[in-house]
Amino acid sequence: MNPLSRLFAKTPEPVLAVEQAALRSDRFRLEREGDWKRLEAIVVRMEKGRLSRLSDEDILALPVLYRTVASSLAIARETSLDAGTLAYLESLTQRAWFLVYGPRVGLWGWLRRFLGGDWGRAVRGIAPDIAIALAVMIAGAVVGWLLVAHDPEWYGALIPEGLADARRPGADAATLRATLYGDDGQTGLAVFAAALFSNNAQVSILAFALGFAFALPSLLLLVHNMAGLGAMLWLFNRAGLLPDLVAWLMVHGTTELFAILLAGAAGIHVGRALAFPGEAAVLDAAAVAGRRAAQVMTGVVLMLIVAAVLEGFFRQLVQDPLGRFAIGGFMLVFWIGYLFAWRRGSAGEAA
Amino acid sequence: MSAARTAKRSRPVLDTERRRRTVVTPEGIALGFTVASRASRAGALLIDLGIIGLAMLLTTLLLIFVLFGTLQVGDGAFEQKDAAGRVLQGFAALWIVAMFLFRNAYFLFFELRPRGATPGKRMAGIRIAARDGAQLTAEAVIARNLLRDIELFLPVAFFAQASQGGGDTDLASLATLGWLLVFLAIPLVNRDRLRAGDIIAGSWVVEAPRATLAKLLATGAAARDGTSDVTGARFRFAEAELAIYGEYELQTLERVLRDGREENLVAVAAAICRKIGWEPGRSDERAFLEAYYAQLRARLEKGMRFGKRKADKHAGDS
Repeated sequence: MNPLSRLFAKTPEPVLAVEQAALRSDRFRLEREGDWKRLEAIVVRMEKGRLSRLSDEDILALPVLYRTVASSLAIARETSLDAGTLAYLESLTQRAWFLVYGPRVGLWGWLRRFLGGDWGRAVRGIAPDIAIALAVMIAGAVVGWLLVAHDPEWYGALIPEGLADARRPGADAATLRATLYGDDGQTGLAVFAAALFSNNAQVSILAFALGFAFALPSLLLLVHNMAGLGAMLWLFNRAGLLPDLVAWLMVHGTTELFAILLAGAAGIHVGRALAFPGEAAVLDAAAVAGRRAAQVMTGVVLMLIVAAVLEGFFRQLVQDPLGRFAIGGFMLVFWIGYLFAWRRGSAGEAA
Repeated sequence: MSAARTAKRSRPVLDTERRRRTVVTPEGIALGFTVASRASRAGALLIDLGIIGLAMLLTTLLLIFVLFGTLQVGDGAFEQKDAAGRVLQGFAALWIVAMFLFRNAYFLFFELRPRGATPGKRMAGIRIAARDGAQLTAEAVIARNLLRDIELFLPVAFFAQASQGGGDTDLASLATLGWLLVFLAIPLVNRDRLRAGDIIAGSWVVEAPRATLAKLLATGAAARDGTSDVTGARFRFAEAELAIYGEYELQTLERVLRDGREENLVAVAAAICRKIGWEPGRSDERAFLEAYYAQLRARLEKGMRFGKRKADKHAGDS
C-alpha cells in the first residue's frame, strides 16, 4: 500500500497496558477484555435483529466466545473483588446465553418446520388423550340425543336460542329442509367465515386453556357442545332428514370437530400432567405437556381457518348432499393421513 | 460473635436480593437471574395492551377511512351483491382476522425474537427465559401466550357479552372479578412470580441484564504505589490497618470512587481515617481512597486465592 494513503478508521480507545495494572485480577481483566468486547458487539447486533450484518465468522465465534466469557466469569468470581467487572461479566454471559439458548427460529421458520412434520408428531404424542376426548365427545352426542328423545323440553336447554332459529321441535320437515339448503340468508360469506373462525378459535383455545384446571372443564365443554349436536341430530332424524343434516355438517364438521377434538385432547393432556405428574415434579411435567399441547393448538387454529372457509363458502356453494359428503369425507381422510400416517424424519420420535 | 450476627442481620435484605435465583446451564455455569418484579410485569402488560388497543383502533379507523372516505361506499352496500358490497365484505373479513391476529400474534411475534420481549417488556427492562436453563423453545412461547386468553381476555369478553345481552350483569361482573382474581393470585402466591401460562410453558420472566464495562479503578499512580499526584505524598497501609474491612466495605468504597462525588469522598476518607487511627488530610481524599482501595483489594484477593474470604468488617479472618 502507498505509505501516504491511509484508511479512515475510528480512533481506537486507549488500551491500558497490562503492566500498568497494579492488581493481579485487573491484569486478568485487561488480558481478556478484547474477547469480552467482541462478544458484546456480536450480542448487541443480534439483539437488534440485524443478523444479516453479522459475518459468518462472528456467528461461528458466538458459542466459543460465550464459553470463554463464561469461564472468565467463573474465574473472576473466585479471584476478583471488582464489583463493576463482575456485574459486567454476569450480564454479558446472560445476554449471550439468551442468544445461544434462545428460540432458534423466528415465527416463520418455526411454522415451516411445524407444518413439515412437527405437528403430526405432537398429535401422535397425545394419542391417549385424543382417545379420551373422542370417547367423551361420542358420549356427549349420545347423551344429547337420549335426553331430547326422552323429553323434548331439553332441546331448548341444549341449544342456545340464537343458534336454534327455525330448527326447533315442532317445526315441519319443509322448514328444517330450508335451513339445510338455500342461501341461508347470508349475504356476506367472507364476513361469515371470518366471524366463524374467530369464534371457533376462541372456543377451542378455551377448551385447551381450561385443561389447566385438571382437565375437568375441558371435558364438560366437550360434552356440552356435543350434546347440542346430538339433540340436533335427533330433531332432523324425526323429520327423516338425518342424511341431509349429516351432509350439511360434514362439509366443515369433519375439520371443525376434528379441531375441537384435538383442542380438548390438548387440554386433557395438560390437565392429566398436572393431576398425575408421575415421577417428575409437577411444574416440570406441566411444562413438558404444555409445550407439546401448544403445538397441537397451533394446528387447531390452522384447522379452524380451513373449517371456516369450508363453512362460509363451500357449504353455500355446494347444495348437493353427495357433493357435501365428498368434501367432508375428503377432508377427514386428508387430516387423518396428514397427522397420523405421514411421517418424516421419524428417527427422533419417542415411541 | 453473637453481636456480629445481630449486626449482620440489621443490614436490610433488598427486594432484588430476595428475587435472585441461580440457574445452572447445560455447560455447568451458574448464572444469576433476577426474577422480574410484579410491578414491572404489570406495567409491561399495560403498555402492551395500550399498544394493541391503539393498533386495533388505528386499523379500524384506517379501514373506515379507506372505505367511506376514498371509495365512497354507500350505507346499504353491505347487503348488496354488487362489486361494492363484495369489497365491503372483504374488508369486514379482513378486519375480523386482523383483530384476531393483534390479540394473539402480537405477543408471539415479539417474544420469539432474539430479545424475547414485547415492546412493553423491553421498556420495563424484563424478558422471558426458560426456567430450567435450557433452550427456550417456540412451543413454550406459544403455550404461555395461549393461556393469556383465559387469564385476561376471556373474562373481559364474558363480561362484555353479559352486559350487552342485558343479562344478569351483577352476576357476570362478580364471576368475572372472581375469575380475574384467581388468575391474578397465581403469580402472587408462588416464589418465582409464575403466572398460569408460565407454569404450563416452563418459562419465567426475568430482568434483562444491562451493564457496561466500567473503567478500571486501580490504575493510577495512587493505586499502583500509593503516590498522590496532587501532593506527592505516599500512602502505605500496614497489615493491621487493612485487616479491619471486608468485601462489603470494599465494594461500598468502589461505588463511592466510581460515583466520584466530592462530599462522599471527604466523608468516607474521614471515616476510614478515624477507624484506622490516621489524621485526615485535606484536598487529597481521592488519592488516599484509591490507594486504600487498591491495597485493601490486593489483600482481600490474596486471601481469596488461599481460600480465605472476609465478607464484611464483622466477619473474622477465616
